[in-house]
Parts: sequence; C-alpha cells; structure tokens
Amino acid sequence: MRSPYDVLGVVPTASSADIQKAYRKLAKKLHPDLNPGDKAAEEKFKEIAVAYDLLGDAEKRKRFDAGEIDETGAERPQQRYYRDFATSDHGHSYTDNSGYADFMDSDDAFAEFLRQSAQARANRRGRDLHYQLPIDFAESITGANKRLTLPDGGTLDVAIPPGLVDGQILRLRGKGAPGSGTGGPGDALIEVEVQPDPRFTREGDDISLELPVSLSEAVLGGRVRVPTPTGEVTMTVPKGSNTGTTLRLKGKGAPHRGGGHGDQFVKLKVVLPRPPDPELEAFVSNWDKGKAFNPREEGAS
Amino acid sequence: MTMNKQQFLASAGLRIEMLDFWIEQQWLIPEETADGAAFSDVDLARAHFIRDLKADLGVNDEGVDVILHLVDQLHGLRRALDQLHADHRPP
Repeated sequence: MRSPYDVLGVVPTASSADIQKAYRKLAKKLHPDLNPGDKAAEEKFKEIAVAYDLLGDAEKRKRFDAGEIDETGAERPQQRYYRDFATSDHGHSYTDNSGYADFMDSDDAFAEFLRQSAQARANRRGRDLHYQLPIDFAESITGANKRLTLPDGGTLDVAIPPGLVDGQILRLRGKGAPGSGTGGPGDALIEVEVQPDPRFTREGDDISLELPVSLSEAVLGGRVRVPTPTGEVTMTVPKGSNTGTTLRLKGKGAPHRGGGHGDQFVKLKVVLPRPPDPELEAFVSNWDKGKAFNPREEGAS
Repeated sequence: MTMNKQQFLASAGLRIEMLDFWIEQQWLIPEETADGAAFSDVDLARAHFIRDLKADLGVNDEGVDVILHLVDQLHGLRRALDQLHADHRPP
C-alpha cells in the first residue's frame, strides 16, 4: 500500500493547507459523481479520500507520523454514489433530458432513431409532469387542500403544507406520466405560486400588516378588529398610539419549520376623519399646546 | 426505502438549516406526503454528493447549482446512450 503522502502527492513536511489543496485538486478529477462513466474512479477516489481522512485531521496525522496507526486506519464506510442511481433501469426524477432534446426534435434519421429507441424502451419510468398551482396568500400560511385540473381532464388532489413559500415545488410521487413495463410512473412536480395579498407582507415566518386606525382610536385607545391569514382577531390599541406604532400578534405568522409560528406585526396608521370634521377643526384651531408641539424639532417624537 | 426528515438528517449527517436551504435551492426535491417530506435513497446519495462538493471540493453555492444541472443532463445523456446501445446490440 502506498503511503498517504504519496497518494496525495505531497511531501511529509507539507502544511495542512497544502494537503487540503492537493486533495481538492485530485478529488475534483476523481470524484465518482463527476466521472459517471469511469468505473475505476471510485477506487482511485477512495484511495485519496482515505489518505485525506488520515492527513487532513491533525490528530490522526500526528499519530500516523509517530507510527501509532497505519494507512489502513481510516477505512471509509461503503457509500452509494449518486451515479449508481442515475443509470439504474428506472432512473429517477432528477435526470434531465434537455442535454439531447434538440436532437430528438429534428426530423432526420438520427432523431427518428432516438425517438424510436426512447419509445421502445422497456421498463421505462414515466416522465415527470410539471404543473403550476396558484394559491392565495392565506392558504400559503394555513395550508390547504387544492384540486388541480389536469390538461387531460383528470384531477389531482394536492395537500399544501402550511407555511409554504412562493415558488416552492411539491412532488407527488407516482402522479406523473405512466411508465412502460415494470417502470413505474413518473412524478408530478407542482410549482406553487403564492398570489400576493395587498394587505400582508411576509418576511421569513413573520407577517406585517398596515392597519388604519381613527384619530379617536389612536388618542383614546380601543379594541379593533385585525385581519390575519387565519381570520380576524381583536387587538387592543393602546392609548396614545401613533402612526408607525407597531404591535405584535404573537403566533399569528407563518409556521416555523421546527414547530411554532412566527408573529404578525401590525403597524398602525392614523387616519383623520373623512370628510374633514368642522368640530375637530374648531378644536384644533383653539388648541394652543397642539400648536406649540413641533414633531420636527430635536427630541420630539 | 423512504425516510422522514429526521431520519434523513441523521443518515446524511446534515443540520436542519442546511437541509432547508438545499430544498429551497431545489437541489433536493423530497416527496410531499400527508406526514411531511419523504426522502429516498436517491435523495441521500445526492445529498452526499452535494456535501462532498461543498465540504471537500470547496465549491460555492452557485457552483453547486451549475454542477448539479450539468451532471443531471449528463446522466440523461448516458441513459439515452445506454438505451441506444441496448436496442441495437446484435442478438
């Protein structure tokens, strides 16, 4: 067995940075998943990986240099590489045919040959079918059950998980085009498009909303109804609230991935009565303290 | 064999934030079931590949995107070639 230093092509005095550099250089060439057609790549890669497991770890390297462990001390567990699945009979849904789709599109003999062999292929896994599904903002937060009408008139029931984000893709295994022979059907890949709701904006798991409040609600406080994606709730506006005052409705945001919910932030916006009220106008024109207050001055808020 | 998210995290040796990011990038597309996301052996092998690219080979996120797309096309081509070969082998 070759010494791990020889395997990586470095001198025994090499720095750990040099060892990493040497390993990366070799691994880029030899990683089995970057060499799907090279059967020998796996053995070669394993050899450099074992060498790097040993020399890339300062503690193990020290023990190896001291003769305490030998180069077989870092056996790697057997790993199934991605390429092992990609070329199997049934293939899988990540495989992409766009690399030769243009050849199949033309009408010469070679294209015909490709198309026929694709059709004649026994035990072929069905194609994945792609769909788009628009849902409401509220449904993206709460989750929903939707029925998708397919171009062939069939339907597909789709469970929208709560907290989904725009553009997320849902995979329904086996709901794609049928396969032939023992090849199973493909999958349905559904891209969910969340229709924005002009009232709400979402940031991560939190939702914000601007809520208009009347002057009397702002000055005197009061209870108001607030829309949330899960329905209206009642919230207390504290006395002396202002435009920009932000209140938090705990747990009214989107579900967290690990459990729990984000919050909904309600930003108040004070709206003067419409149409302008003569009584208010009369009050304000006689209101000296109000006139003395200048919110643009230093220290005013 | 299919795994739920917890089992997949353990098998792939991933932290949940990482997995969520990978799913967001559509590097992994697990199956959606009534019980949540379900992962297959293919997803696991693909996760190992992504991990090798990022951790061992020093590829950044943009690079992973490009590599996965090209590798998937390469596998598509290899399967087509393999099929042609099988169909036209002398009996």
